[in-house]
Amino acid sequence: MTATDPSRALPLDPSLAPPGTRDFRDAGGIPADRWRADQNGETLVPTHCCFCGVQCGMYLRVDRGGKVFGVEPRNHDINRMRLCPKGINAYQQVNHPDRLTAPLMRLGRDEEFREVSWDEALDHTVSEIRRIQGEYGNDAFGLLGGASLFTEKTYLVGKFARVALKSRHVDYNGRLCMVSAAGANKLAFGIDRAGNPFSDILLTDCLLIAGSNVGECFPVMTQYLWGARDRGATLIVVDPRETAVARTADVHVALKPGTDSAFFNAVLHVVVAEGLADEAYLAAHTTGWAEVRQTVADYPPARSAETCGVPEEQIVQVARMFAGAGKAMAWHARGVEHHSQGVENCLSIINLCVATGNIGKPGAGYGTITGQGNGQGGREHGQKSDLLPGGRSITNPEHRRQICEIWGIDEAELPPAGTSMMEMVWQMQREEIRGLVGICNNPFVSLPNYATVKDGYDTLQFHAQFDFFLSETAANAHVVFPVTVWAEDEGVMANAEARVVKHNKAQEPPAGVRTDTWVMCELARRLGAGDKFEFPDSRSVFEELRIASAGTVNDYYGITYERLEETGGIAWPCPTTEHPGTPRLFEDGGSYHPDGRIHLQVVEWHPPMDPYSEEYPLSLTTGRTVAHFLSGNQTRRLGALVEQTPRPWVEVHPSHGFRNGDPVRVVTRRGSEVLPALVTEAIRPDTVFIPYHWPVPTSANALTIDALDPRSKIPEYKVCAARIEAAERIDEVPAPPTAPGQQAYPETQVSRTDPLPPTSPQGRGTAERS
Amino acid sequence: MMGRTIFIDPGRCIGCQACVSACRECDSHRGKSMIHLDYPDEGHSVASLPTVCMHCEDPVAPCAEVCPADAILVTADGVVQQADTTRCIGCANCVNACPFGVPKIDLQAKLQMKCNLCYDRTAYGLAPMCATVCPTGALFYGTLEELQAERPGVQVADSFTFGTTTVSTGVAMVVPADRVQWPVPGGLPVVEINGRDVR
Repeated sequence: MTATDPSRALPLDPSLAPPGTRDFRDAGGIPADRWRADQNGETLVPTHCCFCGVQCGMYLRVDRGGKVFGVEPRNHDINRMRLCPKGINAYQQVNHPDRLTAPLMRLGRDEEFREVSWDEALDHTVSEIRRIQGEYGNDAFGLLGGASLFTEKTYLVGKFARVALKSRHVDYNGRLCMVSAAGANKLAFGIDRAGNPFSDILLTDCLLIAGSNVGECFPVMTQYLWGARDRGATLIVVDPRETAVARTADVHVALKPGTDSAFFNAVLHVVVAEGLADEAYLAAHTTGWAEVRQTVADYPPARSAETCGVPEEQIVQVARMFAGAGKAMAWHARGVEHHSQGVENCLSIINLCVATGNIGKPGAGYGTITGQGNGQGGREHGQKSDLLPGGRSITNPEHRRQICEIWGIDEAELPPAGTSMMEMVWQMQREEIRGLVGICNNPFVSLPNYATVKDGYDTLQFHAQFDFFLSETAANAHVVFPVTVWAEDEGVMANAEARVVKHNKAQEPPAGVRTDTWVMCELARRLGAGDKFEFPDSRSVFEELRIASAGTVNDYYGITYERLEETGGIAWPCPTTEHPGTPRLFEDGGSYHPDGRIHLQVVEWHPPMDPYSEEYPLSLTTGRTVAHFLSGNQTRRLGALVEQTPRPWVEVHPSHGFRNGDPVRVVTRRGSEVLPALVTEAIRPDTVFIPYHWPVPTSANALTIDALDPRSKIPEYKVCAARIEAAERIDEVPAPPTAPGQQAYPETQVSRTDPLPPTSPQGRGTAERS
Repeated sequence: MMGRTIFIDPGRCIGCQACVSACRECDSHRGKSMIHLDYPDEGHSVASLPTVCMHCEDPVAPCAEVCPADAILVTADGVVQQADTTRCIGCANCVNACPFGVPKIDLQAKLQMKCNLCYDRTAYGLAPMCATVCPTGALFYGTLEELQAERPGVQVADSFTFGTTTVSTGVAMVVPADRVQWPVPGGLPVVEINGRDVR
């Protein structure tokens, strides 16, 4: 019997999709010549997907009228024609009926938005910035950027905050992504990026994937995993859930959420105990090994097995498999990074790689798989609160002097380090930050502990957002600036390999829409800093960025637009225009620390911040689903993707007694919500899972805890204490917000082209059928 | 054995539905997908597999054989085309005849639609859209030799017996070397694969 039998389908049919969900096909906006075989005059614009950190190459199909109307696979090094459903449907954003095409403004949150001129929106914003900063000081106004922006724009975000706003408070939503890995890499290696290119995966003998649902979050990367296995590599997956990749692994370690470093310390314990450490490498190239060795001695497998809820033999097996392989690699993602000990978790994996000599060789090394398209590049040039361009530290006097010289400002004018994204929300609650501009982010869905986030934003006296759809956060703002989608501008992004790739412009933006670059420069001009923001386009920003990064670890100087177009991407550091880039780090055995050694760090496991109790005995963990991207502001509007995964669910083990589709109330110390059960043996009995792309009342982040890692300040999304109970009804999925005037589009249901009933999301669940 | 064709490898499928979305992009069926995902072991595993038309060869396409309107054409290169819009009467005989559960009926249009192996692409030497984008190679387009060069030791099946009827297909499925029993989506229980009794 198959899932196409109606009696076996979850109640996740299209009628549960948010009303009004549509793509341009459903809304009647089909270009006149779409679906015709004779596409004469069609052009293909080479570019990359706007979504995850894999950055697949693609062509956008452009019709004779200059409109993007489709996608074609592109044989780029990274993806070799492959695309995932998000990439295939991404083009539908460009001419989507929900696009914002005029600035929106209102004076109070109880008013309706009205369309205003660009001058009115900009002038009002500038006057509010001046008023708030005049009354409460420069730091009372903050800026939050995004890691889906081109790197040029993230550079401008950092410069705009410090030079035009003169505020210390700038941060970005990459803070919610891979900053734990960044922090760990910086501590251990002195450089913040993956050590190896994806192609090295094909050369490894043993691949360890930790906390990464590769199949759903980075589907195109799976071809590298399968390629390695074709060549005989073993696969170890560490994840509380049996993901599609874990299903096929040689060893699947289904550990209890929040116990990663206890597990990896125990693995290293076995490596040491069995004499599998590469002592010669450690002696020649590292510091701190003696302390690490001493620490892991306190993590015998039996004890960690109990902590992690996994068999002791599995710990021994993983140690022997990883350390015994000729070449081994470890790749990790948010599963180990989204914790109050995220940096420590990453360091425990680095310790394992380095202790076994698996570093700096083809097929041996480490990598972090970036969630956002520009999660890597988005922080490299000054958007993060503690960083200046080129990855310079804002607290380092020499680094400050260098950047002030390039920016042409007095060093005393450069603000000190600010706080992280979540901390800024707490500051809003305390009225320390009273005004905010958000660019390309949607904290109402993406930050943990929604009630706190809403309270913080509601306390703001003025809030402006840049976006191309009216996100849940933009719907809270006073001013919304309509800006370009990725296909309407050019710029670079750095993918998970630190390979810088160039996105090209495929279409002119709609009338009334401006680039983020134009809006920032115009605001800067009206704030009196126009001479520092004379950037007519992305290229001019990139030229300044190249110079600003020259000589740093994050050296982009040798990368030019022309070289990127010729080569298909260059990995930084790339110090000269003749330099080929650096796809693989540490080939000489050194590191980027001044002493040239890898600094191993002691890691001690501690429990998650939200304690379990009789009332809250389970672990709630969250993650992504393949059809949606991050806060869903983009993908929850595309019919095909909504049809694929119309709503969230709660994944529960059959031992709880629920039947598939039952209403289940999930309760944490922050709140509760009711979702349909997806009953499956693919999750631990003590753990429940909710995908996080939806807003309240179906928001995973209404339940998650806003505890932060003390070093990276990443929230602990991946574990909090919870309980589940039977409920009467299922919470409805709200429709994405739309701007005034957009109601003119017909309300359409998602139209299934397939007469078969829908299957469960990602095919999970339905344990009662067993 | 088969020439250039699609090989389905369920062991690699991650259930992402890139194939489903890609199929919609094919110009020949106007924004509709001719692929569906099946989940053979729900509740226990996340296993999934894409179902495309198997392009039956012997007997020649049951869907075409039962079509009262002669609307389903089989081209010389073995591609079972979707129904000719000028002939199809939407009777659904083809749906009932197909052992793999592939053809779909648009009841409003009274029209059958199915995978035509991206004839607009394969005729020009390109791979079908689904196999082009498949992130994992669960759908592979090429020859058996090309598949085996990439995946040493791989075994495939292109002959399936349902009850007393054996169907040979143009599209092949990868089967595990050590376990030949394999559920075929949407159809009768498979009793024999490549001449081996798998009951």
